[in-house]
Amino acid sequence: MTALLEVQGVSKRFGGLQAVGDVSFTLQEGEILGLIGPNGAGKTTLFNLVNGVYKTDTGSIIFSGKNITGRSPDQVVHLGLARTHQIVRPLNGMSVLENVIVGACYGREYQSLRAARATALEVLEQVGMASRANSPAHSLTLAFKKRLEVARALAARPKLLLLDEVLAGLNPTEIAQMIDLIRKIRDSGVSVFMIEHVMQAIMNLSDRILVLNLGHKIAEAPPAEVVKNPDVVEAYLGFPDIVDKLRGAS
Amino acid sequence: MILRRPLLWLILALAALFVWLPLRNHDVALREDLILVAVAIILTSNLNLMIGYTGYVNFGHIVFYGLGGYVGLYLATVLNWNLIVAALIAGVTVSVLALLFGLGILRLRGAYFALATIGVLVAVQAFVANFEPWGRSTGMYVSFASYAPLGGARRALWITYYLIIGVMALSLVLSLGIRRSKFGLGLFAIREDEDAAIVLGVNATVYKAIIYSVSAFLPAVAGALMFFKNGMIDPSIAFEYMLSLEGIVMLMLGGQGTVAGSALGGALYERLRSYLLTSPRLSEFHLVIAGALLLLVVRLAPGGLIGWLYRLVPRSREVVE
Repeated sequence: MTALLEVQGVSKRFGGLQAVGDVSFTLQEGEILGLIGPNGAGKTTLFNLVNGVYKTDTGSIIFSGKNITGRSPDQVVHLGLARTHQIVRPLNGMSVLENVIVGACYGREYQSLRAARATALEVLEQVGMASRANSPAHSLTLAFKKRLEVARALAARPKLLLLDEVLAGLNPTEIAQMIDLIRKIRDSGVSVFMIEHVMQAIMNLSDRILVLNLGHKIAEAPPAEVVKNPDVVEAYLGFPDIVDKLRGAS
Repeated sequence: MILRRPLLWLILALAALFVWLPLRNHDVALREDLILVAVAIILTSNLNLMIGYTGYVNFGHIVFYGLGGYVGLYLATVLNWNLIVAALIAGVTVSVLALLFGLGILRLRGAYFALATIGVLVAVQAFVANFEPWGRSTGMYVSFASYAPLGGARRALWITYYLIIGVMALSLVLSLGIRRSKFGLGLFAIREDEDAAIVLGVNATVYKAIIYSVSAFLPAVAGALMFFKNGMIDPSIAFEYMLSLEGIVMLMLGGQGTVAGSALGGALYERLRSYLLTSPRLSEFHLVIAGALLLLVVRLAPGGLIGWLYRLVPRSREVVE
């Protein structure tokens, strides 16, 4: 396997807050890398640094062999790095299909309108929204808006997909469908980097998991190891030996 | 294909009607009425590219028209250039200036952008009012000799009329073409959510600057032709703030974001305005009516007349878009 994304010593400070501090990791081609951490750990900020919404204070980001540090989000998409938003941002005045066409038109392949339309229909089929192609985007339920986010990003034909909490706010059935979809996306050859709070899902899906706390990386390991890592347990639950204590008490 | 759009043929039919109506009886009064309608349609449809398509309110849109008038008049009458060449160069000059301005002020969003557009209008007017070669605050007059190459003043007026009608048709076709293009889709994405559009790959900075520049071109050409036809220009009539604001009323009235709406709003409002301005009792009153109209439209039919039509007859959208 070769590294698709290499992040080296990336930092971002907002005033007095060190949102992300000296974070390094690599993401292999074909991998699903999970990103977890307590609220305020800097997960979304790290995403914003990777896809260029924020400029890094220090460090470098290599994607697919190219240094993308400091590139704007629209340039990054053309190289094949697409993302979804934690708080959904549909283009409300447009139909579902038009939303996805925008993704295809301005994505990696920079498709013509006609080609983009075909791609968009295909992707909507893939995410199970074909029947809603002509609905106005604002009329969708949250679950469908999340899927629309995924569809738009997929239409860009990315090599790497950044998913920011696509499961949050979904009911168990919808979560199962989304997990299934993410697996299929990976199997189609797209690497995935995902933030998620639904632990069961991310533990199941991820090949490896990166854990942030207070802006710093505290672990990077396969799921089974991450749950046993004392630093991770402490970050989530307050003190490292709580698991043993609880076991002892019962 | 744009050739298959019914609206394209409606636009061409409208232009043909404008050509034929005054020609039928050589009706000069009708021609003067229609030329004002045509200019209103030109201004509104190009303003629509910014407000309706991209979601950026430009309060200083009239600056393109006035500046185009100055450049065109200077070339045509002081330097004695051919009118069409002068008008085209006026268009290109103003477009290039708009591109430069745009790259600067389009980094602002929302109300801040709108304020900056007022700033551009005031600044350009102040500059022109102090610019010696353009006659400072007294402006410039077209020398009668300038009409000679066009076969005398009478013929020159008809020629400028047809040119204006051509610019009107071009404006509407341009709006339609952009609406159905990938470029237009990028603009709509910016209008709906600029940050989301950027993340989807739209280069918003460049797109906004281009559309700002494009929306300047035909109004500037029209300005060059109109002020040449009127025979004079000065800073207060070239950069009339009120006309800039009334442009927004016209667009809202017809329906922002739609080609047909910008034309309909421009035409209807201009007719109403002319009626009020020439009526002895109401001439001081037309801005009051404009304001009230804007309030009513925004409150009752935010989509304007065309939006209202779409709601009444949903199928009409197919024909009109």
